Amino acid sequence: MSVIAVLKGGRSLERQISLKSGASVEDALERLGHEVHGIDVGANLVDKLRTLGPDAAFIALHGRDGEDGTIQELLEVLGIPYTGSRVSSCIRCADKVLAKHQMLDAGIPTPDFVAFNETAFKELGAGGALDDIELRLGFPVVVKPSDQGSAMGIKFAADKSAVPSALVAAFSYSQKVLLERYVPGRDLAVSVLDGVALPIVEALPQGDDFYDFEARYQIGRTDFVCPARLPEELTQRAQALAVEVHELLGCHGVSRVDLMLGADDELTVLELNTVPGMTATSLLPQAAEAASIGFDELVSRILASAS
Amino acid sequence: MRDVMSLAQGSQIISLAGGLPDTSSFGSEHFAALMADVSKDAAAALQYGPTEGLRPLADVIAEVMAAEDTKIDPDDVLVTTGGQQVIDLMCKTFVDPGDIVIAEGPTYPGAVPCFSSYEADVIQIGIDEDGMRIDELEATLDKLAEQGRAPKFIYTIPNFQNPGGVTMSLPRRKRLIEVARERELLVLEDNPYGLLRYEGDALPTLYSLDGGEYVIYLGTFSKILSAGLRLGWAVAPPPVYEKLNLGKQSSDLCTSSLAQHFVLAYFAEGRWESYLGELKETYRERRDTMLSALERHFPPQATWTRPRGGLFCWATLPDFIDTTDLLARALREDVAFVPGRGAYLDGRGAASMRLNFSGVTSEQIEEGVRRIGDVIAEQVDLYETLTGTVAATERAVETEAEPENVLHLPKRGERRGRNTG
Repeated sequence: MSVIAVLKGGRSLERQISLKSGASVEDALERLGHEVHGIDVGANLVDKLRTLGPDAAFIALHGRDGEDGTIQELLEVLGIPYTGSRVSSCIRCADKVLAKHQMLDAGIPTPDFVAFNETAFKELGAGGALDDIELRLGFPVVVKPSDQGSAMGIKFAADKSAVPSALVAAFSYSQKVLLERYVPGRDLAVSVLDGVALPIVEALPQGDDFYDFEARYQIGRTDFVCPARLPEELTQRAQALAVEVHELLGCHGVSRVDLMLGADDELTVLELNTVPGMTATSLLPQAAEAASIGFDELVSRILASAS
Repeated sequence: MRDVMSLAQGSQIISLAGGLPDTSSFGSEHFAALMADVSKDAAAALQYGPTEGLRPLADVIAEVMAAEDTKIDPDDVLVTTGGQQVIDLMCKTFVDPGDIVIAEGPTYPGAVPCFSSYEADVIQIGIDEDGMRIDELEATLDKLAEQGRAPKFIYTIPNFQNPGGVTMSLPRRKRLIEVARERELLVLEDNPYGLLRYEGDALPTLYSLDGGEYVIYLGTFSKILSAGLRLGWAVAPPPVYEKLNLGKQSSDLCTSSLAQHFVLAYFAEGRWESYLGELKETYRERRDTMLSALERHFPPQATWTRPRGGLFCWATLPDFIDTTDLLARALREDVAFVPGRGAYLDGRGAASMRLNFSGVTSEQIEEGVRRIGDVIAEQVDLYETLTGTVAATERAVETEAEPENVLHLPKRGERRGRNTG
């Protein structure tokens, strides 16, 4: 039996989902016989961790602080082993722009994009280059905050007139925003556990919510199919691509790679999540289940990767 | 949006998002004295009670409603667990999936999940400075009638509407009652704020205009005494009353006896109107603070209502701003509001926000509105940079508004409080 601190909640926009992930993980760890302490991350985190002196920290903290290397850096300083990716990998993955540049440099396909800080528009007149950007990317474009893990702030601009308000919205969430070429196709998620890809989950939006990104991740408005119905060759190619990205970005333990399957069976990588959701309906547990890895075993294996 | 709203509860956040009454001035001693009084008949306070509520409380409710010139038969009172339970019971009793409910657009954000959970097909009728647009209501009812359909009930908040802040005019009240009678439609009149009027003369309740035939009245002690007691009531004509009573039996048997005894003890003191007067003074001052803060800190493209009572202002920004996204930005400045989408079931309201002025101090209102104004200004600037436009709307003409002409009132005064630091 070990003493495990489950870090969850916090002040990110994904607080609610993180609390649910944390609760599921705590239940599993208790069933596994550990002494479990759930910690809703706040100003007294360091004191709590010092007092508790856990054998390991299980990070169930999504979004800001949890996935961007902050909590990892803190745990490094405190000398507490923790689950998931290390600091540098978290920094690379939490910044979608940085991650996409790494992928481009390594020859991994990712939709064409352009990214700017708010200052580029405010102080360097980048607005004057919007026409060129739009010419290069074509329409529709997807406008994304660079460091949001959830779908919040992601806007779909069908034409030129929708771009400015989409940028304003995306800058509500982040100092840096990317405009990305929209890839029509199938939405795939490949989880990687201990360097091995799990069965693929496909998200199928219901009804006409096709361009409603928030709806895409809401239970009841999207169906998830696992394993995704894909030809074997394509499945293997998607899984190999996910592992390649996982390794390229230096991930450790577990990750979830989001892909698009476009025309001509072309696969492109959208992003990688270093702290995937762990609620009962989250994609990683679904994928694990399809590989005959139950939730408790999944939690146990992620914990074993703590270092 | 729920994910974002959950962050609005942090202790360091100035939340203009709640609908909280200010309970801070009630006082521990007063509370303790009342509880001591309640404890004299501890056995009764700790016991179940009748589903319809304690009879003496129905008399108290009649007294409260008489303060709005509304006469009722105490036998028609159903005491409920908060006013919210009346909305729930109305849906539970009358709404099958796909049935139509008519509400104002925007409507009370707390009613939205209730209507949704009963799978009501909600049609939202627009409002203006005189409240619900009855012409639009009639046109909608005509269209529905052509399809052989009719709403199960019409839900309205005539006084200082939540979130709109507007009040239904007397001609519209009368016409609404005529429409209800002509078409034999039930109206649910939700009136939590009627006694919180800070200026102007009170208007008759729909219930009093109708005489309690088609109107079901929803009242609450939440805003005149305490929201924590969870005590509300319905006054309903007998056939509806029986159905609501049955529904309540299966929901929770009866409303908290302890809370009812507390309210009885409180009203027995005979000071409720003076406490209400104190609350009104406090809220009036806070409303004035909010209106003047909005003038100073919101950009000229913004408009907002000027409520003559109640707890809320409803502000509308240029349509390129989505207040759900804006809230994420505002939370980084430790300030919160309710994004307008929460007051609609059809995705409208994206550029609007509800601002509460009752549950926060004047200092917090001033600071909170300033911070929101700053992030709006930031987004307006960015949009103007992106589109190459400057001040897309001309500054509003300075006009003295008619007292009830409150919706979409152009902002007056200079734009200040931004780009200064």
